[in-house]
Amino acid sequence: MFLTETDIEAIALTLRLATVTTLILFALGTPIAWWLARTRSRWKGPIGAVVALPLVLPPSVLGFYLLVAMGPNGPLGRLTEAFGIGLLPFTFWGLVAGSVFYSLPFMVQPVQNAFESIGDRPLEAAATLRAAPLDRFFSVALPLSLPGFVTAGILTFAHTVGEFGVVLMIGGNIPGVTRVASVQIYDYVEALEYGNAHRLAAVLLVFSFLVLLALYTWKPSGKKQ
Amino acid sequence: MKDFTLSSAAATALILTLFAGPAPLISTAVAGEVQIAVAANFTAPMKAIIALFEEDTDHTVKASYGSTGKLFAQIKNGAPFEALLAADQKRPKLLEEEDELGVPGSRFTYAIGTLVLWSADADKVEDGPALLKSGDFNKLSIANPKLAPYGEASIETLEALDLKDTIEPKFVMGENIAQTYQFVDTGNADIGFVALSQVMEGGKIVKGSGWVVPSEMHAPIRQDALILESGKDNPAVTELFTYLKGEKAKAIIHDFGYETD
Repeated sequence: MFLTETDIEAIALTLRLATVTTLILFALGTPIAWWLARTRSRWKGPIGAVVALPLVLPPSVLGFYLLVAMGPNGPLGRLTEAFGIGLLPFTFWGLVAGSVFYSLPFMVQPVQNAFESIGDRPLEAAATLRAAPLDRFFSVALPLSLPGFVTAGILTFAHTVGEFGVVLMIGGNIPGVTRVASVQIYDYVEALEYGNAHRLAAVLLVFSFLVLLALYTWKPSGKKQ
Repeated sequence: MKDFTLSSAAATALILTLFAGPAPLISTAVAGEVQIAVAANFTAPMKAIIALFEEDTDHTVKASYGSTGKLFAQIKNGAPFEALLAADQKRPKLLEEEDELGVPGSRFTYAIGTLVLWSADADKVEDGPALLKSGDFNKLSIANPKLAPYGEASIETLEALDLKDTIEPKFVMGENIAQTYQFVDTGNADIGFVALSQVMEGGKIVKGSGWVVPSEMHAPIRQDALILESGKDNPAVTELFTYLKGEKAKAIIHDFGYETD
């Protein structure tokens, strides 16, 4: 067998984490991107900066704050305990929460760009045809910005697959629950099991390359220039 | 004859000093720099020892702290450390004997570690084995046994109590003993196996509550130090090793709950 059983487990977990995170971010990132694209509020700058924070912050900073915030004495930890969910660190959903924050800009920024590039005219035209705001969004804005959504989805998914620092800080390295592929590779390298490390790392390398290749060669079909 | 010896000694010293670099001629010991790798469990005592050593000798010590597994892998791949203070004997021995990356004969046990089952909660740990048996905790934080000897000792302790399989689903693993401590200290894990040195100051546990694991429940955590190839010709490294064996350093090491030979 090329990969070990625990490698397969780690890969499956990684894919599940990336899928769930991407789906949640579609729901969460779209309204944020829409607001950022259309608002003239003075909060646009600060909110945009918060969304972009994970691009510049070291994952260890994010991971450390998440560990403290989601602990029993942290604000998030108190909240989740009050809701009866228990504490998030060392759980799959804790990783999801961390990943949602960590990958937020990869979802919001491409979608925001797509919304901005539509401009006001198609939406105004739809409005004169008496399309309600929601209708305008779903029948005009969404189809026109579909390429942006595809890019955002792929980037979010791929970025979450590559996540490491945050998982190391809040994951606890539990097989099948929080031990994702990147952490598994780290363990192999530290334990000097270079053969295993090479195989799993190669899988991730090929995966990342193929994702980016698809992204760079993909042309939205039926799009009129 | 006497004069001759003295002047030739002076000349030799002068030549040696000139070759050693632009150090002031008046100083007999040239202030040097040491770059060492230290196992995470020894962080606190090492910082105290380094402060004293730098004061006493004018040398500077740059220390990197991490899991013994990581430091070992880095050394094997050319990290510029001049000495290793490991958390075990196995890896320094390998470096010395198989990989020939260490200075033969420089290896010695600088500390014998103690494992403690610890909680940040002051009332949580009274009777360690009873608590482990009761399962009355959310998570048990241990150092990754593949990378850190304290993790290995934790597993042996649980095996001695015949509880390993029952408790395994509650394991969370830190990459090294520092992260293992962090999981417990932030309260995310109720209890964890950490190094006594991490929770001890001046000979007693200063925070939370703990059960010191009797040393017969696991193989002794003998922590060996080794001078590495790149530190072979650095007298400051030799001085640091002599210092580590001295009474001043030993007092600190004991203060943090370690035994010495």
